Amino acid sequence: MKLLLKGGRLVDPVSGRDEVVDIQIVDGTIERIASGITVSAGVKEIDLRGKIVAPGFIDMHVHLREPGYEHKETIETGCASAAAGGFTAVCCMPNTNPAIDDESVARYVHEKGKGVCDGIVDVYPIAAATKGRKGEELSPMAELVQAGAVGFSDDGAPISSPEIMRRALEYSSMYGVPVIQHAEESSMTRDGCMNEGAMATRLGLSGIPPIAEELMIARDVILLRYTPEARYHVAHISTKNALAHVRKAKSEGLNVTCEVTPHHFTITEDVVSGFDTNTKMNPPLRTKDDVAAMKDGLRDGTIDVIATDHAPHTIDEKEVEYTTAPFGIVGLETAVGLCLTELVEKKVLTIVQLIQKLSTNPRRLLSLPEIVFKEGEAANITLLDPVAEWTVKTAAFRSKSKNSPFDGFRLKGRAIGIINNGKALFF
Amino acid sequence: MKLKSRHLLGLDGMAKEELALILDTAVSFREVLDRPIKKVPPLQGKTVVNLFFESSTRTRISFELAERRLSADVVSFSTAASSVSKGETLKDTARNIEAMKIDMVVIRHAAPGSAHFLTRVVDANIINAGDGAHEHPTQGLLDMYTLREKFGTLEGLRVCIVGDISHSRVARSNIYGLTTMGAKVSVCGPATLIPKDIQQLGVKVYHRLDEVIPEVDALNVLRIQLERQKSGLFPSLREYHRFFGVTKEKVSKASKPITIMHPGPINRDVELSADLADGEHSVILQQVTNGVAIRMAVLYLLGTTN
Repeated sequence: MKLLLKGGRLVDPVSGRDEVVDIQIVDGTIERIASGITVSAGVKEIDLRGKIVAPGFIDMHVHLREPGYEHKETIETGCASAAAGGFTAVCCMPNTNPAIDDESVARYVHEKGKGVCDGIVDVYPIAAATKGRKGEELSPMAELVQAGAVGFSDDGAPISSPEIMRRALEYSSMYGVPVIQHAEESSMTRDGCMNEGAMATRLGLSGIPPIAEELMIARDVILLRYTPEARYHVAHISTKNALAHVRKAKSEGLNVTCEVTPHHFTITEDVVSGFDTNTKMNPPLRTKDDVAAMKDGLRDGTIDVIATDHAPHTIDEKEVEYTTAPFGIVGLETAVGLCLTELVEKKVLTIVQLIQKLSTNPRRLLSLPEIVFKEGEAANITLLDPVAEWTVKTAAFRSKSKNSPFDGFRLKGRAIGIINNGKALFF
Repeated sequence: MKLKSRHLLGLDGMAKEELALILDTAVSFREVLDRPIKKVPPLQGKTVVNLFFESSTRTRISFELAERRLSADVVSFSTAASSVSKGETLKDTARNIEAMKIDMVVIRHAAPGSAHFLTRVVDANIINAGDGAHEHPTQGLLDMYTLREKFGTLEGLRVCIVGDISHSRVARSNIYGLTTMGAKVSVCGPATLIPKDIQQLGVKVYHRLDEVIPEVDALNVLRIQLERQKSGLFPSLREYHRFFGVTKEKVSKASKPITIMHPGPINRDVELSADLADGEHSVILQQVTNGVAIRMAVLYLLGTTN
């Protein structure tokens, strides 16, 4: 495979490079970066005038559902969805059946990723922090790291016991792998199915109070002060005060990072008013104030990563009463569009900052190899059209599931191709 | 004048004119109820299904009577005899029933939004007869009707809803309907049973009956459910009765008589003393009678205009 990426704007936060340049790629390796490369025989030229060439995006928080829930998504359909959304890598959460809490399941997931979609999307498992995600005994973390796990989480459930959380932080610190917390004090969220506050009161739905998230983060930060060698990452942060806890912990120099989902910086609890179950996720959509705070956190760097929490559920599972419906929405195929529309177009982030949060930062915090734009290096690239306007059509998603509240949204900007592992995909 | 929607899902968002239309329509049906022959023909040939996924005596009988008095064909379904226990989804149950060619569905269900949900999966007119803690619009309307009958107008009327506001669909429908009609609505109950940010719905919050009683024309007393005690929301029925139970002694502090309402069924001498429930200022049985008229009005307006 010989490719000439012609006339694109290379934006590489690692080297600080931001310029219009041509890139020639041969068999997955960057052969030349220069201006005015002319196309030679056997080389496929891709006209990228007005387009952006970025290091490959990674979504560090997805649910691929395999093994166990293949009716919602498989590693193959999840990777196809990731590719279509512009991601060259995903980290999949361990709430499968069986859970990714032993070597064999971790290896299965990691290896399976290489065999689907031409191997263009790297699949990195996040393993369970505790056996069976029960929060009682630590998972075999060392073995799991050897089998390819890049982080530990009981996502979907919090690591509730302070003793277990302390030990998880200590043990994982030996391998430099983060513990990723689904921050929720469960005793306060029992029947909750949306954000607690004016809208839940209006609709008569039980609330999930913002303090349930804030309390858990506050507690974890205190634990982290006690185990400062550990690395702690907050999954899908959603409230203003939760973010304040992270900001303060960072200012103390603690190893804290956090991620936000595109839905938590785009829409509010107001969309629940029609009882569409595609507005039901955990953490729930919060208020206008919280959305503004997420944007502040992205801007000032408190939020390191944008991740989707891609959570596929079938139409039958979602077409039920609001209280019965499972939590979660798919996100891989709308993420880049929402980021460009809500953040870059609205001048919350520069394109460089956005690329950091979709590629550089998550790779760094997961200790994945840095993507380097240099001759002789492997090409791992996401191509963006920052101005293309398009309409979200969930029916056209590559994901097996269509549960998204963004159907019909007009977005500006999208991914137009990815290159990784010697393969290329343009759309 | 017509209703904007072909369903009655809740009073939230309904215009003043629409609410007035229902109340005014109910006046003529209320007269029908006093006739020797209490049946009129407008829904002849229409089939109404009452889907009750929660036990209910009063509301179900009231709807059935209203439907029959409008000459509709009526089928009622309750959970005990349903296929829900066989694991069928609400969507399938509703679509199967609709496949038998029915025109209107009255639904009572424990999940907020279940009536909204039905509008997305079937074509019939949907009437919400109570969806969890969300709304019970015909109850709100019959309460408004009863108050209007007693006071002549709702404009400026001061009404306090007393009890477990958090879990009450009656409270919400009353709040939406009454505030739209210009009444001044307050709520009074233990802090743990007042939902967060309820002030944003336009109501004043009290935690002491003696503070609110001098300020109101009517008290709408809600049923307290024992299971709230188990979930840690109030300590005991005894304590609840002492501090939030509406009694003759407490209302006697007001300078003029206070109208007593209750959506039923009453826990006598828990949230409301028996002497008040049966007393001269109680309109509890009028509420029940008016309920049939209100439901006839709603069924008539929805069933004959599309």
